[in-house]
Amino acid sequence: MRHTISIHVENKFGVLSRVSGLFSGRGFNIESLSVGETTDPKVSLMTIVTTGDDQIIEQITKQLNKLIDVIKVIDFTGIEHVEREMVIVKITPKKDDRAEALRLAEIFRGRIVDSGPMTYTVEITGDENKIEAFVEIMKNFGIKEFVRTGKAAIARERIRKT
Amino acid sequence: MKKTGAEILLECLKKEGVKHIFGYPGGVVLNIFDALYDDKDLKLVLTRHEQGAVHAADGYARASGKVGVALVTSGPGATNTVTGIANASMDSVPIVVFCGQVPTMLIGNDAFQEADIVGITRPCTKYNYLVKDVKDLAHTVREAFHIASTGRPGPVLIDLPKDVSAGKADFVWPKDIRIQSYNPTYEGNRRMIKQAANEMVRAKKPVIMAGGGVIISEASKELTELAKAVNAPVTTTLMGLGCFPGTHRLSMGMLGMHGTYCANMAVQNSDLLIGIGVRFDDRVTGRTSSFAPDARIIHIDIDPTSIRKNVRVDTPIVGDVKRVLKEMLKDIKQDAEKKRGTDSKKPWVKQVDRWQKERPLTYRYDKKLIKPEFVVEKIYELSKGNAIICTEVGQNQMWAAQFYKYDKPRRWLSSGGLGTMGYGFPAAIGAQFARPNDLVVDIAGDGSIQMNIQELATAVINKLPVKVAILNNGYLGMVRQWQELFYRGRYSHTNLGGGPDFVKVAEAYGAIGLRATRPEEVEPVLKKAFKIKDKPVFMDFVVDWKEKVYPMVPAGAAIDEMLFDEEEKPKKKRKTKK
Repeated sequence: MRHTISIHVENKFGVLSRVSGLFSGRGFNIESLSVGETTDPKVSLMTIVTTGDDQIIEQITKQLNKLIDVIKVIDFTGIEHVEREMVIVKITPKKDDRAEALRLAEIFRGRIVDSGPMTYTVEITGDENKIEAFVEIMKNFGIKEFVRTGKAAIARERIRKT
Repeated sequence: MKKTGAEILLECLKKEGVKHIFGYPGGVVLNIFDALYDDKDLKLVLTRHEQGAVHAADGYARASGKVGVALVTSGPGATNTVTGIANASMDSVPIVVFCGQVPTMLIGNDAFQEADIVGITRPCTKYNYLVKDVKDLAHTVREAFHIASTGRPGPVLIDLPKDVSAGKADFVWPKDIRIQSYNPTYEGNRRMIKQAANEMVRAKKPVIMAGGGVIISEASKELTELAKAVNAPVTTTLMGLGCFPGTHRLSMGMLGMHGTYCANMAVQNSDLLIGIGVRFDDRVTGRTSSFAPDARIIHIDIDPTSIRKNVRVDTPIVGDVKRVLKEMLKDIKQDAEKKRGTDSKKPWVKQVDRWQKERPLTYRYDKKLIKPEFVVEKIYELSKGNAIICTEVGQNQMWAAQFYKYDKPRRWLSSGGLGTMGYGFPAAIGAQFARPNDLVVDIAGDGSIQMNIQELATAVINKLPVKVAILNNGYLGMVRQWQELFYRGRYSHTNLGGGPDFVKVAEAYGAIGLRATRPEEVEPVLKKAFKIKDKPVFMDFVVDWKEKVYPMVPAGAAIDEMLFDEEEKPKKKRKTKK
């Protein structure tokens, strides 16, 4: 099963290597990884997507917690949360298709961030399903380049019933 | 007044109570060695190889319970420490290794004797540091000792560029150390402890399986009390030897691949298995799907990642063994069923005794050939069980585990997890520094002793009376045993083809060399060796090369599928629980 795990770590050199080394050294797989500073400059936040059965995920979270530089580990499975990823796609629609490409990008709330004589560069943000669907459609126009950021996740605020 | 990085380092070591450093000099640690030149309080023990230095620091730590310290140079000096560090990591031994590094401005330039030792040792240290500013040095050292010695202990490495040891700063010793992201759990969960106590009182066929964690936590007393309180037989892992008295009526000896028949049978037939300070290594469990098939498993360990890593656990308790056992004993004493519970285990204890009598650890004495087991028994007898025994790895290690009874902790120093040949001798040197008045014996094979034989020089120069009993069978015996049993006797490259004359080797180094070739010579040789107080002694015991370690659980088998002497067929397979 696929899990999105967010990891608060000390913002020091070598920490990413410790985390990724833990995965590679134990034969766990990383599907996606994103890292960024938090509001506290001493703390970074990593979001890792990985797959494994319950026992593997239990080991991963425990091993992560055991790393000296890891402050907090959250596995979002079973937690209401928002997941987003951004992709930037450079498409090469034929002359007649350029308008259609723009219209489809619009439907997906994509933004054109650059355009050339033969290309459009579209930025889109969303959860996995939306991104997969978008990429599938854009394939029809021809994808020249494609980059995705890796996932970011955050828990939803619980609404208290009074 | 400002101090140099080298001076600050030595001050830090003194604050940490360090007396001995095992090390080897080189270009980028010259500043530190220069500072050591005038120092009266710190003794640097010059080994003959950096691997020896780390193993010595490891032996020192295991024998004393304190943090062992090693100091080496960059590049090859640093990479030579890797085996020693990995060894300490697998066996949870607190050591701090200082490596010199090329000046910070040269790092990454492939400078002379540069190695990315922080990168190399990342997976085999508990933590490691590259100090880039002399102002961070004192704090880093303080943190390193704290991390190495607390929680589940382990090795910590500090990489010190030459400009850091030369640079100047005020020496500020941090009063308190607090690492936001490092908070080992010491107190076990109350509810779980209560439940475990309850289960132990009510179990009919409990087995306590105790490991190295009991020794690290210094919980031997509590463990013994617990075994008595609930009347549960105790088996120890290889790492746990000595945590429970080997001569106690409830002791079943070691379990696992070369464990006793009794211990393995008891585990397999138990209804409750209490793992204390263990990590259920594959050498202990055999085939995990058939391990303790009818037992509920309680697992107490300070390292949460140990729990459910290899075997299923019904009652997990994360915490310091000593604290958990103390709490558990309270609960057991208050349990109204305690008396009835103890009585109800009597048939089980009797059954365990029957297993013990049915197939005790044994060997066939020979009048002409020295049996290696006989040598170990004699060492036990003549040392009255009081020696600190170090071992190398292989058959020598298993015989030393089987035929010496360890009644006290920290008297068994052996490379359990990594299985490092060449560990025992340098570890014995470290142990002798930690416990100068104790008898230290390294039980070795003729293969493994040659992996760090150069440390004879270290032992001679420091007048260490370390005894090395070489069980010389001319083979890499354990590998040969596997070849005989599982590779149709094709002894591929395990015959050492006649090793060196160990007596002459010892003498060449200025040590004493003795030899026994017949059983009646064993005792006189040992007696003579044990009397020598100012020199290391090599004892070359020419033993029966055919001797194998039994019982033996073949790799991948369940632990009650044991092989015995004379190639007996494995016992019938038990049905495993669905």
